[in-house]
Amino acid sequence: MKISAKYYVGAAVLLFGALAPLFVNSYELSLLGRFLALSILAMGIMLIWGEGGILSLGQGVFFGLGGYALALHLKLEGLNIANGDMPDFMVWSGVSSLPYFWYPFANPWFSLAAVVLIPGIVAAAFSWLVFRRRIGGVYFALITQALALAFSTLLISQQAYTGGFNGLTDYSTFDGYDITSNGAAQVIYLITFVIVAAAYFFLRWLLATRWGIMLRATRDGENRVRFLGHNPLPYKVGAFTIAGILAGIGGALFTLHAGVVSPALVGVVPSIEMVVWVALGGRNVLWGAIAGTLLVNFAKDQISSALPSLWLYGLGALFILSVSFLPAGIAGLFKPGSPEERVYRRILNRRKLETAE
Amino acid sequence: MTALRPPPLLQMEGVTVDFDGFKALTDVHLVLEPGQLRILIGPNGAGKSTICDTIIGRVRATSGRILFKGEIISSLPEQEIVRRGICRKFQTPGVLPTLTVMQNLLVAARKNRAWWRALTTRVPADELSSAEEILEKIGLTDRRDIIAADLAHGEKQWLEIGMVVATDADLLLLDEPTAGMGPQDTQRTADLILSLLGRHAVLVIDHDMSFVEALNGYTTVLHQGQVLKEGTVAEVRADAQVAAVYLGRAKE
Repeated sequence: MKISAKYYVGAAVLLFGALAPLFVNSYELSLLGRFLALSILAMGIMLIWGEGGILSLGQGVFFGLGGYALALHLKLEGLNIANGDMPDFMVWSGVSSLPYFWYPFANPWFSLAAVVLIPGIVAAAFSWLVFRRRIGGVYFALITQALALAFSTLLISQQAYTGGFNGLTDYSTFDGYDITSNGAAQVIYLITFVIVAAAYFFLRWLLATRWGIMLRATRDGENRVRFLGHNPLPYKVGAFTIAGILAGIGGALFTLHAGVVSPALVGVVPSIEMVVWVALGGRNVLWGAIAGTLLVNFAKDQISSALPSLWLYGLGALFILSVSFLPAGIAGLFKPGSPEERVYRRILNRRKLETAE
Repeated sequence: MTALRPPPLLQMEGVTVDFDGFKALTDVHLVLEPGQLRILIGPNGAGKSTICDTIIGRVRATSGRILFKGEIISSLPEQEIVRRGICRKFQTPGVLPTLTVMQNLLVAARKNRAWWRALTTRVPADELSSAEEILEKIGLTDRRDIIAADLAHGEKQWLEIGMVVATDADLLLLDEPTAGMGPQDTQRTADLILSLLGRHAVLVIDHDMSFVEALNGYTTVLHQGQVLKEGTVAEVRADAQVAAVYLGRAKE
């Protein structure tokens, strides 16, 4: 009975998502599409943080890499680069010719491949270097935060090549198709929706495999796993790479929806916000990551348009609330007593006992 | 042609471990034949756990060498040592708390440890049957689908012994398998370990004398990083020197 109820709810959500363009107005559809793009990234955080025990405070970097990889192309659409044409901001900055690294992005297919490959390769190389040295926990979180800071600083400082603080904006076509019309917005929404669903089902499968069990085993006891003869590295690097790719895809889709990508979306603060979405939604449940992202972002949209200064306090309060009272997030309310929640509560109780003694 | 005698399973030859001037082990020699039991006792700080750490590659010997099946292993990385057939149970139960009892055993039982071979939900039949067999042996069949965090302390110890067994290693190192157990569970643990002999050689560290007597195997006494005495439990018990450094102290 319970199982079938779960499937009905799932089917209803899928149906609602797929048919949303028919009955949701274009402004709300654009918000929903944007937040769904973010939820792709959030599922990646669920994978590394919830299942892998790896807290990354730098997912904005991979989000940005994906977003910029697509934006570079969108800025070159309709320009005749052979003729010496350049994006508007370069002309204003007095750049004499298009930088070499921009050239390949003139090809839309190169750009689409880069959306996946650049964040994937950077995430794989970075995590391999760090995890190989057996650096983890808080130190890893700090390194990723530094990475986010360095990345956004770099983008801002290279104004002439990256658009600086304003980022890249003002796109009109992709591969000749108009992307600003109402119809295009619906198509982009549907693409986003399909990718969210695909990422969801892929991760569901992955977490059910023995690979998923090995990832959780590594989280639970990396040394125990190592002394059972397994190398924990491929599980951690693999998870981090997948999360990086998901963040990159999310970034590219977000850029399409929002019509802009800028350093303000990829730095330290947004990277921490991303973790809050997942903490609130539930870091051990895939739909929790999606729900948390949608909930926090719709709330942010409402609150920050009414009382802009209030939002950051609200966000902080949400985080404190979820950490102290809902260790398993909103999803934990529906499925109380998950293994992770029980272990977490036990650790908290033990600490209380120890301090009492 | 003379038939070559197979080398012993484990040989420690003059192993010294020096932690910045503190000698945790000094010139330790130890030989273990396949399928045999060896008990390692000694007061706190005698170097018992350091012996395990050194064999498993967590601590490197300053001098001397360790051979496993006649090959030097003292310079291999940890995973490689495990893959050669040595597996260790840690002092504090090292089970994987959020995984079920069965999942714990299946993680240990994976024969092909390559990560890409894990990208499937199917568990090979032989791994499954060996895990079921071990589950039966450690007496946790009815706890199969419970998460390890919910087990009682003694059950966690058995589960970890089961995990070590599931790797099908030729040499099992059990560091204080009865820590925190009552007398009844201690006896069960001794029976469990005795049932493993023959197929596995087992090196047990403990300082609970009733447990050591229940095992009744060949015993090595360690004191201040050196081998003080080797012999049967009865011989060790009768030794005046051992009594002075160890047994006498235990009675206090």
